[in-house]
Amino acid sequence: MADFVSAFWHWYIIVPTLVGILALFPLVIFNRGKKSGGEPETMGHVWDEDLEEYNNPLPSWWLNMFYITIVFGIAYLILYPGLGFYKGVLGWSSKGQYESEISAADKEFGPIFEKYASEKIATLARNEEAMRTGERLFANYCSTCHGSDARGAVGFPNLRDGDWLYGGEPEQIKTSILNGRRGVMPGWQAALGEEGVKNMTEFVLSMSRKNVDLDAAQAGRERYNQICVACHGADGSGNKALGAPDLGDGVWLYGGSPKAVTQSIAQGRQGNMPPHKDFLGEDKVHLLTAYVYSLSAGEAQ
Amino acid sequence: MSSENTYNYRVVRQFSIMTVVWGIVGMLVGVVIAAQMAWPQLNFDIAWLSFGRLRPLHTNAVIFAFGGSALFATSYYVVQRTCHVRLFSDGLAAFTFWGWQAVIVLAAITLPLGITSSKEYAELEWPIDLLITVVWVAYAVVFFGTLMQRRIKHIYVANWFYAGFIITIAVLHVVNSAAIPVSLWKSYSVYAGVQDAMIQWWYGHNAVGFFLTAGFLAIMYYFIPKQAARPVYSYRLSVVHFWALVFTYIWAGPHHLHYTALPDWAQSLGMVFSLILLAPSWGGMINGIMTLSGAWEKLRSDPILKFLIVSVSFYGMSTFEGPMMSIKTVNALSHYTDWTIGHVHSGALGWVGFISIGAMYYLIPRLFNRELYSVKLAEMHFWIATIGIVLYITSMWISGVMQGLMWRAVNTDGTLTYSFVESVQAMHPYYIIRFLGGALYLAGMLIMAYNLYRTVVGAKPYEAAIPAAAH
Repeated sequence: MADFVSAFWHWYIIVPTLVGILALFPLVIFNRGKKSGGEPETMGHVWDEDLEEYNNPLPSWWLNMFYITIVFGIAYLILYPGLGFYKGVLGWSSKGQYESEISAADKEFGPIFEKYASEKIATLARNEEAMRTGERLFANYCSTCHGSDARGAVGFPNLRDGDWLYGGEPEQIKTSILNGRRGVMPGWQAALGEEGVKNMTEFVLSMSRKNVDLDAAQAGRERYNQICVACHGADGSGNKALGAPDLGDGVWLYGGSPKAVTQSIAQGRQGNMPPHKDFLGEDKVHLLTAYVYSLSAGEAQ
Repeated sequence: MSSENTYNYRVVRQFSIMTVVWGIVGMLVGVVIAAQMAWPQLNFDIAWLSFGRLRPLHTNAVIFAFGGSALFATSYYVVQRTCHVRLFSDGLAAFTFWGWQAVIVLAAITLPLGITSSKEYAELEWPIDLLITVVWVAYAVVFFGTLMQRRIKHIYVANWFYAGFIITIAVLHVVNSAAIPVSLWKSYSVYAGVQDAMIQWWYGHNAVGFFLTAGFLAIMYYFIPKQAARPVYSYRLSVVHFWALVFTYIWAGPHHLHYTALPDWAQSLGMVFSLILLAPSWGGMINGIMTLSGAWEKLRSDPILKFLIVSVSFYGMSTFEGPMMSIKTVNALSHYTDWTIGHVHSGALGWVGFISIGAMYYLIPRLFNRELYSVKLAEMHFWIATIGIVLYITSMWISGVMQGLMWRAVNTDGTLTYSFVESVQAMHPYYIIRFLGGALYLAGMLIMAYNLYRTVVGAKPYEAAIPAAAH
């Protein structure tokens, strides 16, 4: 057993455990005392003026309770792992219990998801019963970041708005959930300098609003065409293959205030959608994909 | 009278007064964080007031400031009066008072600042841990020094429990707090991974077992027979349950780590010894309650006795609940839920709180040679606090069992019926009830403070004479 480096520890556990438990018997048996008729007598010691002690025998109901717990304890240690290497008569282990519960659940519920997995995502998205199951999967596995209403939060995309970083086609959504996504926006503070970041902020904001500093935006445009264009494109519409966002659509993952945009440009941003392939399995991801797809299916068109 | 002929009441008075003061402070912080649980915006977005920083302040304040001061006060009082001798060293005793208060003040500053070792119930950083060690050694010297100079041959049972508590807490504190400092206010535990978790809960559970149980059983063994004016029910029961309790308790920690990375064998041993712990724990309850047999009518008119006896009843209840919760299948439902919080508070508010309150009502008037200002106010305190406890623990039981059931509820398609946030939403009304229960308990403490203030105001410190040597 990997828990121990030598057999010494096996006996180090067994001997004090058993000696300790068994020693409780003589402790209570030799001290239990006998019931004497009449008034109980004190021990004859007096402390602090009037503190005295009777010496009543141990109550028999209490003794019996003690015996029962000790016998139960010994029986438990025969049946279950507890005494060093000894695995117990029942052969139980917490790992074994976990695995058998998971396989029982897979056996019972697996076919439901298997059936859904054979259907097309767009069809599944219109299946009300399937979507109820999908919604519950979403509530437990996705809502921590994307919110109970799937409208996201700062840094976590809104899944209802029809705006997609990596594409909103069923297969693209499924890939996002299965394998996860890593969004990497590098920081440009060093390359652009403080003035450069300020100009770039004005230019980026000019793609979605009017009240910007036009001179600064013009200066920012020149650097944009050298640096940012590679991912965000000449017109700022982004690139779904890279997860580079559209800068002109007014949807902001990290906030659209001048301060938030400045920080995105200067320090960069790191997005991490974890992969769910090993955790949930392909069948459940298929159903989740259909649910997420259904959230914006009406709006995207 | 020269000091050789009197007991040292000065340090007992100091610790007794601070018991009441820190009780109010610690419980006030508890009420504040209970309110934050119900209305999270009450942290006002100020880091120092956030739940994560105030919670350890609450636990440290009620356990070590309130409970600790009560233990110091009563142990110094009891050991003198049952040994018929003055404390071993007035100077060292005074050092333990000021040292312990310094620890508390440092805790109250560092914890809200976010300075923490992040070990539960042992959050204080290494310089404070060292100060605790020094104070504790001084405490042991004063206590055992007094015991060795006793003028009565037999050691009274309360003193065994105090002795067991002092020795074991020293061992627990030193082993669990072992850490490598990297700066003045940051250190890392010398243990890693699951070993760290096991040491932590070996400490954590025995902080309950020895600080909050053995220590307070010592209080019970002196103040109940005294207030009831009855002999202790059974000497032999006290011997048996003392040894069974101190032996069994030390093994029970792993029940805090059921179904974790802790190896199965350790979990099993933790559960087995927790179950065997039931009878040794109840031995104390039997001795407390049965001491009153033949004098039950006193309960009707004496609020101090009410506090003491109801305290022992809560002790019996939570030491039954504890072993049940340590059973793995029960723990699978109760762990990580409010049930645990309810369990802890039936012990903390019911057992530890009430026995300390009863002891202070007994002690403080005697330390100033006065009569209690108002028995009626003490009676009122008793009922308000009792209602507070009942609201607190029943709301947490319901909330906890509900949480556990919601988390495991599964639909016919195998998905979980409730998301986590739905269980949080369902807990909200119970959080409000818990807050009200805690507020009532705190209100009781304020009544107590007023009552005791009126009792002692204007009184001169009283020095009691040591009786002549026994023949």
